[in-house]
Amino acid sequence: MELFSNLALGFSVALSPFTLFLAVAGCFLGTIIGALPGLGPSNGVAILIPLAFSLGLDATSALVLMTAVYYGAMYGGRISSILLNIPGDEPALMTTLDGYPMAKAGRAGDALVLSGFASFFGALFATIGLMLLAPLLSRIAYQFGPSEYFALYLLAFSTLGGIASKNQAKAALASCIGLGIAMIGLDNQTGMPRFTGGNLHLMDGVDFLVAIVGLFAVAEVFVFIESHGRESSIGVKLGKVTLPVRDLTKGIGTMLRSSVIGFIAGVLPGAGASLGSFLAYMGEKNVQGEKGGFGTGVPKGVMAPEAGNNAAAGGALVPMLTLGVPGSGTTAVLLALLLTLNITPGPTLFTDRPDVVWGLIASLLIANFVLLAMNVPMVKMFVHILSVPAWVLLPGVMMISFVGIYSLSGSYFDLLLMIFFGIIGWIFRKLDVPTVPIILGILLGNHMEDALRRAMILSDGDWRFLFGFRWHTPSSGYEFYSAIPSSLLVLAVAGFVAPIFLRRVIKKPQAVSD
Amino acid sequence: MQTKVRALALGAIMSVAGSAALAATECIAPANPGGGWDFTCRQIGKILYDIGQVDSPVQVTNMAGGGGGLAYSHVVNERGDDNNLIVAASQATATRLAQNAYAGLTADQVRFVGAIGADPGVIVVAADSPFMSLGDMVDAIKADPGSVAFGGGSAAGGFDHLKVLMVLKEAGFTDITKVKYIGLDGGGDAITQTIGGFTQGMTGDMSEIVGFLQSGEVRALAVLTEERVPGFEDIPTALEQGFDVVAVNWRGLYVPKGISDADFEAWGDRLQAVADSQAWQDAMVANGLAPFTKVGGDFQSWVDGVIADTVELSKEIGVIQ
Repeated sequence: MELFSNLALGFSVALSPFTLFLAVAGCFLGTIIGALPGLGPSNGVAILIPLAFSLGLDATSALVLMTAVYYGAMYGGRISSILLNIPGDEPALMTTLDGYPMAKAGRAGDALVLSGFASFFGALFATIGLMLLAPLLSRIAYQFGPSEYFALYLLAFSTLGGIASKNQAKAALASCIGLGIAMIGLDNQTGMPRFTGGNLHLMDGVDFLVAIVGLFAVAEVFVFIESHGRESSIGVKLGKVTLPVRDLTKGIGTMLRSSVIGFIAGVLPGAGASLGSFLAYMGEKNVQGEKGGFGTGVPKGVMAPEAGNNAAAGGALVPMLTLGVPGSGTTAVLLALLLTLNITPGPTLFTDRPDVVWGLIASLLIANFVLLAMNVPMVKMFVHILSVPAWVLLPGVMMISFVGIYSLSGSYFDLLLMIFFGIIGWIFRKLDVPTVPIILGILLGNHMEDALRRAMILSDGDWRFLFGFRWHTPSSGYEFYSAIPSSLLVLAVAGFVAPIFLRRVIKKPQAVSD
Repeated sequence: MQTKVRALALGAIMSVAGSAALAATECIAPANPGGGWDFTCRQIGKILYDIGQVDSPVQVTNMAGGGGGLAYSHVVNERGDDNNLIVAASQATATRLAQNAYAGLTADQVRFVGAIGADPGVIVVAADSPFMSLGDMVDAIKADPGSVAFGGGSAAGGFDHLKVLMVLKEAGFTDITKVKYIGLDGGGDAITQTIGGFTQGMTGDMSEIVGFLQSGEVRALAVLTEERVPGFEDIPTALEQGFDVVAVNWRGLYVPKGISDADFEAWGDRLQAVADSQAWQDAMVANGLAPFTKVGGDFQSWVDGVIADTVELSKEIGVIQ
């Protein structure tokens, strides 16, 4: 068994008292970094790289520390999503949808424990997937050209309508606003600035972290100020922390499906953890149907996105290690770390440097178990955040938001932009317009646009290319080269239309029984 | 007030990082972690400390924005005389200055210390491509410009795009606006699109293709250097195939304009020491960089020449007026 000897090699590299200590420290730091709004896994890893060098860590130890921080942050992001309705990092966005309602209903402890287990499940699934299939999976990336990516993003947007709002038109409006904001900045195809007003700070567009922290954290504080401290929704009820075994066993199917979706989204370069958790949530919502009650605070609603985004985090390591193509911001940072350590990821890494690859995989497994052991008992500690009165908690949130955003680019312009988004978020809350689609528009809009424009350049503006047809030769005409774009587009149309019909079919009998 | 806030925030970050005092040398990487500028800062910063050229570890600050423009304007406007500051630069910095992409800022507002390594430009095809030489590819484009699409890691008009255009111009193909080019998110993406058959050629840097060359999934048609690159002797240069094009993505540093000549010389010497170190030689080999050392006044005049050439080519393809 080559696999076991490889794993043994990995553990022999990664298992020493010192690296174990690094794993525990990394997991702890990562959880905190993930939980702080604004500081996501990519900033966390980037900030800690100098630490790794000043400690003089060797390649394996540095990798153990960084992956522990990475996975820790992926776990930690859920905490502020559930307790404060503020996503700790962008992939944790979807966890607010059911996590926060659960916390409001007095089930904060349950939500944290269940999402912790789901994170563990997703991450473990992805690590095993990485272990067994990495060299094979990297081939998927070769099947995805511009048309395929465009269809994939269209699929994500087509399901946006039903998200987080009773009013589909408002959700659609919000996603259009998000797409509009995504247009700001340098155009990736021509290098020309768009809608920047000549301002250098807007050249790279609006950072989605600025938008997230503004729309969620700052807007929350504005609502609090407006109501003179009485009506802030942060006053969630404190529940008992127990192990919700029944919910857990019922959710195994959910976790498995979400992990598969998340992992695949992670493997595709450029899709990443946010798309993973989003597709996992929407997919599971469709599986459960109206009876599932997604969006009202159901356990499966927190398990699906958390399994999805942690699986995607592991999946994103596949293209990073085998192609040298980072699938997300954090893997880009890890790639930089590897390069600095004179390790060049690419197709030959698995054969050239098995010690690094299997050491990394072993450290991922170790980090995962450490995080499970750490996160479930620590839930009690986290839940105590809720007993802090809002007038103490909110200024703290505000301060962390400012420091976090400032650390992104070191420019006060981002702080002004964040406050601007806070005001927008407050207005939208008054109008009952959901803010989640805005963020997703900013997050995925550029990728979708780039994919479409690349497809149009390659095909000389021929729309048939988007369905998988390619001009071959004058004699043979068009060639149907791939079924992937068409199948994804069919799914997208189904995803958009099906909920409208299903709602009609399902709602009527329900209305009678109510 | 503003500086106070910055000092506070920086202090907060540094205490998280457990790093050295504020007086330490700062290297600004004008991009997010993971790219070439980040590599330059981290690698040079690490070696500077390891070989004792600076007393404490170099603090790397990632200041992404405007394709390096934000960092450039920060250095010009706010750090004009900071002699403890170095900033990572590359050919991309020169290209953007030439194309006036930094909101009116010009190359003479900083001092270029030197380059200590260059990532050679390459033109690559998938292993199963019908093109066996650069000439084959040029002929195909001359016959039907739409039949060959290039992928690269920069936007249209960026350096990766310009490399292809330089070769085609040299070959006497004048209709360069007809050449198909798509900008992707980095060289790795460009290579996967080429292996997948979505683009017929990839234009990029040697460092981006090393792993794929070794695994045999791509073939390099030409390297755009004066001589063959050590370690990659089987890749012919464009020059020996009859196309007089040299395009390398040099890696180097600039410093603020207002520092004293003595400080400027000192940075040149330190950079030279890094260039001479074994650690840098190893890092270059591991990352597909070719030797390319120009330090001090020589380098400044060389950069000026590169910028003038880029201005001319950019006008021709209509990127600037």
